[in-house]
Amino acid sequence: MITVEGLTKYYGEHAAIRDLSFTIERGEVIGFLGLNGAGKTTTLRVLGCVLLPTSGRVVIDGIDVTRDPHEIRKRIGFLPDTPPVYEEMTVGGYLAFVAQLRGVAAKDVAARVAEVEKKTAIDSKHDALIGSLSHGYRQRVGVAQAMVHNPQLLILDEPTSGLDPVQIVEMRELIKKLKGEHTVLVSSHILAEISQICDRYLVIQAGEIIARGTEEQLSKQLHGSGIVEVEVKAAAADVIKVLQSVDGVGEVEVLKETAELSSLRAHANAELRPAIVRALVTARLDVLRVDKGAARLENIFLTLTHGKEAH
Amino acid sequence: MKNVLLITRRELQAYLRTMSGYVIFAVMLFVDALLFQAFALPGVAKKSSEVLADFFTVTSGVTMVGAVFLSMRLLAEERQSGTITLLYSSPVHDLEIVLGKFVSSLAFLGLFFLATLSMPLLVAFAGKVSVGHILCGYFGLVLVGAASLAIGTFGSALTKSQVVAAVLSGVMCLALTTCWKLGAVTDRPLTDIVLGLSWWGHFDPFRQGLLHLRHTVYFGLVTFVSLYAATRVLEARRWR
Repeated sequence: MITVEGLTKYYGEHAAIRDLSFTIERGEVIGFLGLNGAGKTTTLRVLGCVLLPTSGRVVIDGIDVTRDPHEIRKRIGFLPDTPPVYEEMTVGGYLAFVAQLRGVAAKDVAARVAEVEKKTAIDSKHDALIGSLSHGYRQRVGVAQAMVHNPQLLILDEPTSGLDPVQIVEMRELIKKLKGEHTVLVSSHILAEISQICDRYLVIQAGEIIARGTEEQLSKQLHGSGIVEVEVKAAAADVIKVLQSVDGVGEVEVLKETAELSSLRAHANAELRPAIVRALVTARLDVLRVDKGAARLENIFLTLTHGKEAH
Repeated sequence: MKNVLLITRRELQAYLRTMSGYVIFAVMLFVDALLFQAFALPGVAKKSSEVLADFFTVTSGVTMVGAVFLSMRLLAEERQSGTITLLYSSPVHDLEIVLGKFVSSLAFLGLFFLATLSMPLLVAFAGKVSVGHILCGYFGLVLVGAASLAIGTFGSALTKSQVVAAVLSGVMCLALTTCWKLGAVTDRPLTDIVLGLSWWGHFDPFRQGLLHLRHTVYFGLVTFVSLYAATRVLEARRWR
């Protein structure tokens, strides 16, 4: 659905993004990961036809964004990092305005507004002034405006920004629900917030894509064969000694150590779990847990962007 | 056209739902009435048509200043609050955005003109003036309002600060209003150019009830060039 080739955007002398190339299939949920200033917002703004690229080619649904941006804008819904809402309008009035602006037929506007209000759980706020809403509700109104014309492509820039933990969970659930109905591009610099809701991730740093793939692929890319996590009632130093005595176990890291137990992560094939258990038991250590660990997206991201694993 | 009307309607609602719209409206009306009382009515015995001409003079000044304040928020506020992204990401042409904003402010200014009608009607009842004079004067006011609002829209497109937008537009309007003074200290052909650009020389016939095509074209040109410039500024922002 989206093909990006050699996309570059300069702000004056500064290249915000440089030579980006990727493709996105219809119905995928793609996560754009990157630190602040990495180039996520610029990329999404170009895809959302808000900004024009300096060079490169972006084709959405077979249409080049520089040739017919007007046609593409009909097919996309864009939520910028700050919800673009008019505070003096009511939620219903605002969504009806956006629906008409995006080409929804007058007779269908009320039904579309009601549908997106229900999907984003803001139907109880239909007559409320946007200026009186909390940040969480405004963010939902922002998502609702992006969806109101039922676009094929939804671009959500930092949709969880500034939300409290409950609202983050609700926003994640909402994005999950959108899967299948729309192709979704979602960006964040807080990884836990979009972990496990995306089919694939693109990691951007300093305007360039430094990694891409599923969470599992990114984990493997970093840690080779895999990770085994263990929790043992013993000092971490003793556990490390035992683990490193097992053939095939690579680097071992301490995740947590208290007076009673230690949690460690060993870079090792998951198939080595029985051997690890045998070694720990033979060393007369009390094993509480041994399982196949997955590198958390946050750790993958930090490793990719800083070149070292975070704990 | 549909998008222009949509944006116009939303903007008009914004004027009517916020305090700033009412405050600007009330202050304009108050100052206009005050100036009418202070400058148009008193003095030696005047003909009704002279009083009416003076009314149009003071109202044109109030219109120009009010237009600067009415238009300062049009695009600057959208940029400041980030709502411009909504318009940029919607299937709306930049010209439609500019026209929608401009038409809404002109319609709001139209409400002000309606509210000032009591003053020329007072002159008409107390004295003798032609309907043509009133209509011609108001046509001139609409032209001054349109040109000032268009300049204001351009100023508002240049910056995200409403105060800076008002200052920029105010300076542009002031330059066009006072440039006839330069005519006294310049030589031809510069004198002709300066006088040709001068706002006052083009409004004077309207306030006296005279309708000339060239003066109408002047205000039309100022409006067109300013709106065109505002549109180009919006287009340019898509590159930055």
